[in-house]
Amino acid sequence: MISIRDVHKSYGTVEVLSGCSTEVKKGEVIVVCGPSGSGKSTLIKCVNGLEPIQSGEIVVDGISVAARRTNLPKLRARVGMVFQHFDLFPHLKVIDNLTLAQRKVLGRREEEARARAFSLLDRVGLREHAHKHPGELSGGQQQRVAIARSLALDPICMLFDEPTSALDPEMINEVLDVMVALARDGMTMIVVTHEMGFARRVAHRIVFMDRGKIVEDAPTADFFAAPKTDRARQFLSKILQH
Amino acid sequence: MGPLDFHVFLQPVPTGETTYLGWLLQGLRTTVLLSACAWAVALVLGSLLGVFRTVPSRALRAIAGAYVEVFRNVPLLVQLFIWYFVVPEIVPGGERFKQIDPWLQQFLASMFCLGLFTAARVCEQVRAGIESLARGQRNAALALGLTLPQTYRHVLLPMAGRIIVPPLTSETLNVFKNSAVCSTIGLLELTAQGRQLVDYTARAYESFLAVTVLYLLLNAAVLLIMRKVEARTRVPGYLGSGR
Ligand SMILES: Nc1ncnc2c1ncn2[C@@H]1O[C@H](COP(=O)(O)OP(=O)(O)OP(=O)(O)O)[C@@H](O)[C@H]1O
Ligand SMILES: [Mg+2]
Repeated sequence: MISIRDVHKSYGTVEVLSGCSTEVKKGEVIVVCGPSGSGKSTLIKCVNGLEPIQSGEIVVDGISVAARRTNLPKLRARVGMVFQHFDLFPHLKVIDNLTLAQRKVLGRREEEARARAFSLLDRVGLREHAHKHPGELSGGQQQRVAIARSLALDPICMLFDEPTSALDPEMINEVLDVMVALARDGMTMIVVTHEMGFARRVAHRIVFMDRGKIVEDAPTADFFAAPKTDRARQFLSKILQH
Repeated sequence: MGPLDFHVFLQPVPTGETTYLGWLLQGLRTTVLLSACAWAVALVLGSLLGVFRTVPSRALRAIAGAYVEVFRNVPLLVQLFIWYFVVPEIVPGGERFKQIDPWLQQFLASMFCLGLFTAARVCEQVRAGIESLARGQRNAALALGLTLPQTYRHVLLPMAGRIIVPPLTSETLNVFKNSAVCSTIGLLELTAQGRQLVDYTARAYESFLAVTVLYLLLNAAVLLIMRKVEARTRVPGYLGSGR
C-alpha cells in the first residue's frame, strides 16, 4: 500500500534521508524508531507530501506522491496523520475540528459530517466533550480527538509521529489503547514511537533509523530478540532501561 | 489671555448656517468617516499582504516585503502630498479626478494615503500573528487535505486574527491620530476645524481644548469597541501559542 524507494531528502545542503526504502502492505503496522534527529519525522512527512523529496519515489495506493500531476490535497485526505503536539484547531469546538475537513475536503453535508464525527467521538470515548474547545481538554483527550479527526476522513492508512511523547505518563495508555484497537481493526499504520510495549503488542515490523538511513527493517519478534546492528542494540538497551 | 469662555461655541459662524460647535462636529464626522474608510482599506489590504509574507511563494513574499519597506519608511506627510498632488498628474484618468468635487478629491486622496500606509503596519501584525501560531497548525490542516487557501481561511487566519486584536487596537488608534495630517491638504477634519475656529474667534485655548477632548472621546470609543471584539472572539481554554 505504501512503498518508499531509495528516498533522498535534504534541508538545504544537509541530507537528512539518505536512500531509505521500505514497503508497507495493507493492514500492516510498522513502528519506526531511532535516535533523535535520525529522520523519522521527516520520513513520514514525505509519505503524505508535507515535505518534498529530492530523489527516489514514494507510492501510496498506486499514486506517486512526488509526481507533478498528483493532487496532493486529495491524496492527503486519504492518509491520516497524527502529530506529537496534537495540533487541534484551538478556535474550533471538538465537533467542528472533526467536521471541517469532511465538509471542505470531502464535500460532505453538515448532518452527514456530524453523524460521522459523533460515531468517532464515541469510539474514542469523548462524545460528551463534543462542544468543548481543545484548550479545555487534557493532553490525552486532545490526542484522541486528533486521531478521531483523521479517522473522520475514512483514510486508507494512518501516520503517527510520536503521538504519546508530549503526554503525561498517566495519559499515555488511553491514547495507546485507541491505537491498539485501530491496529486490531486492520488499519495500515506507520507509527514513530519509543513505546516499545506498544511495538511488541501490535507492530508487524520494526524499522530502525540512524542518521538518515534505515539500518534495520525486521519482523518485530526478530528485532527484539536479536537486533542485527550495534546501533540498534545500544538504542534498545537504553530505551528498555526506562 | 482672558478667562476661558465656552459660550463662543454656541455663536453662529460668519455664514450663519451653523454654530462653531457645529463646525467642530462636522470635523469630527469627517475624521470618523475618513478613519473608518482608511481602516477598512488597511485591514483588507494588510491582511492580504500579511498572508503573502508567509506563503511558500518567493515572489509573493518579495512583493509584500517591498510594499512594507516603501510604505512604512516614507513619511506619511510625503505620501499624502504624493497621492494628492502627484498621482493625479501622472496616472491616466487623473484629469477626471481633478474635476470632481474638491472635498471628495481631498477625502479620496486622504483615504487611500492613510489606508495604504496603515496596510503596511497591519501586514506586519498579521504576519507576526500567523508566525506566532504553533508551527504544526499549517501541517495539521494540510495533512487533512485542506488546500493552502483553505488552510489560511479556516485555520491560520481565524486564530492569528484573535491573537493580534491588541496590537490592531493601537493601529486603529493611530489611524485616528494620523488622520490629522490630512488637514494639510485642506480636508476639513477635526484638527482643521479647530484651526479654523482659532482663525475666526481667536479663542485658541477653548478651541484646542475642545478638539483634544473630542480626540480623547474617540480614543475611548475605539478602546471600548476593541475590548468588546476581544471578549467576543476569546477562545475558551486557549493560553497563548507557546511552542
Ligand atoms: N524544517 C527543517 N529545516 C532544517 N532542518 C530540519 C528541519 N526539520 C528537521 N531538520 C533536521 O533534519 C534532521 C532529521 O529531523 P527529524 O525531525 O526527521 O528527526 P527525528 O528522527 O524525527 O527526531 P526526533 O526524535 O527528535 O523527533 C535533524 O537533524 C533536524 O535537525
Ligand atoms: Mg520527530
